[in-house]
Amino acid sequence: MTNVNQLRTIANRYRRAVIDLVYKGRTGHTGGSLSCVDILTALYHCILRVTPQTASDPDRDRYVQSKGHAVEALYVVLAGRGFVPQSDLERFSRFDSPLIGHPTRAVAGIEANTGALGHGLPIAAGMALAGRMDGRGYRVFTLLGDGECAEGSNWEAALFAAHHKLDNLTTIVDRNRLQITGNTETVCGLDPLDAKFAAFGWSVVSVDGHDIGALAETLGRVPFTPGKPSMVIAGTVKGRGVSFMENQASWHHGVPSEEQYRTAVRELDDAFARLSAERA
Amino acid sequence: MSEQAAVPGKAANLDVFAQAIESLAASSPDVVVVTSDSRGSGKLTSFGKRFPERIVETGIAEQNLVGVAAGLASAGKRVFAVSPASFLTARALEQIKNDVAYSSFPVVLVGISAGVSYGALGATHHSLHDLAALRAINNIDIVVPADAAETRAAVRAAATHGRPLYLRFGKKPMPAVHAGDLAFRVGSAVTVREGTDAAFVATGETVACAVEASDQLRAAGISARVVSMHTVKPLDRQALLECARTCRAVITVEEHSVCGGLGEACAAVLLQAGVACRFRIAALPDEHLVNGSQGELFAHYGLDAEGLARTARELLSNS
Repeated sequence: MTNVNQLRTIANRYRRAVIDLVYKGRTGHTGGSLSCVDILTALYHCILRVTPQTASDPDRDRYVQSKGHAVEALYVVLAGRGFVPQSDLERFSRFDSPLIGHPTRAVAGIEANTGALGHGLPIAAGMALAGRMDGRGYRVFTLLGDGECAEGSNWEAALFAAHHKLDNLTTIVDRNRLQITGNTETVCGLDPLDAKFAAFGWSVVSVDGHDIGALAETLGRVPFTPGKPSMVIAGTVKGRGVSFMENQASWHHGVPSEEQYRTAVRELDDAFARLSAERA
Repeated sequence: MSEQAAVPGKAANLDVFAQAIESLAASSPDVVVVTSDSRGSGKLTSFGKRFPERIVETGIAEQNLVGVAAGLASAGKRVFAVSPASFLTARALEQIKNDVAYSSFPVVLVGISAGVSYGALGATHHSLHDLAALRAINNIDIVVPADAAETRAAVRAAATHGRPLYLRFGKKPMPAVHAGDLAFRVGSAVTVREGTDAAFVATGETVACAVEASDQLRAAGISARVVSMHTVKPLDRQALLECARTCRAVITVEEHSVCGGLGEACAAVLLQAGVACRFRIAALPDEHLVNGSQGELFAHYGLDAEGLARTARELLSNS
């Protein structure tokens, strides 16, 4: 397996690519993309058994990104793993580009068209159930934003997945505690989120959502409890990696100015240099 | 919920659906039914006993019903998601739009007890919006069978349709409107009665009313064609234009709101084709309905045979 320093370096380059994508595309959900980059790095570099060559294999692992607005993070990771040509990233959000502002199956490696919130978990539950019906060994992973957890459809699916004992299903919540309006706990409180999912019959583990080693270790041992769906609550920082974006609800979506872009790039490149020095 | 009594010579489309899906499942191992606590109202108890591993229960959770159905279909299952039309197409409209139609997973959405089938249970249980709502969603076809033959054929066609489909019917025992074998194809209307004075272009359970109206009119010397427009989308434009070109009047008939359903779809086709004819939409009005059974509501709003015959006579007599 790739070592943790390498994974952090890869994630750093993904963050840089997200900033480029948003800056050049003149649109994007920057904060929420930066908060889930480490989760996606762990998934696509350590966990998911899927490659561009097996993207249609019935036995492939599935990943459904319910927080579809963080599609910039998904696009750069899919490009990093060879599903999407790097050159396609230049077309992000352009007229007639398949790389629109939320995931679609027109892009290789994407399993479902998402973007309206509260849709990924029911779809992922259906995929997991089909896998069990057919005796296939694939796993299904889905990523939810924490603000998204207010959608009732998630709780319908949470009941369903536990009732049907879908232990081939893992949900990760990107718990950055910010949504457009502000802190999730002042908008419509979610805490204790772990206890709520546990009460719904899920096996819940909380983890530092920026510790890629811990994420990979945690996601590598699902199901946490045989017969139960697994929930990983990943504590994250919205805007992670760019100082002026961190923990700012205003960066839920937003395009950096030229000066902000230069600052963001410098910070990320400095971090890259530090990671390289650690490795040397 | 009141049970419809069996009527000799008649069959409820709902019962026919339940038999057809069971028969289909016997020969196609990929067929899966998903229900939202609706196996009883969907007459799927027998299916559940015979294929317990292929009936998926979500509980009363229509949004999850459609999302799960999409996920199952993505993995190759031939999924029939069965729920009362009212709840399926309103509560889960966003899942239909995004998870099924936009994601292009070939789920068959089965709206049972549609229109005013629930009668006196009231507006919460009526689905008079569903054709309009789903017509405005790209990449989903809409089939509303008239009788047992159309229902059986529609279920068979749905299984291999390969793209999202909405199948909608009621639970009232229906007379057969087709004699003998039926050549059924999604998107192709079927002429049930020939006629040249007026044409009823009807869909679903109203086709039987139109047939009865046609019989009444014939006794009065009026020749009224009846076309079963079982596919509301894509509409059989040629069959409709043929009606308008060869008959003096066209009356569309549907168990749906006058807004956005079959009638307005037909009006748009005729107007844009530059084909002028006397035209009337027979449907439920855009208002709170009076309370009543399906039959009482049909009679009150002119959708029964007498009402449709009256509309035809009025339309033909207007100078």
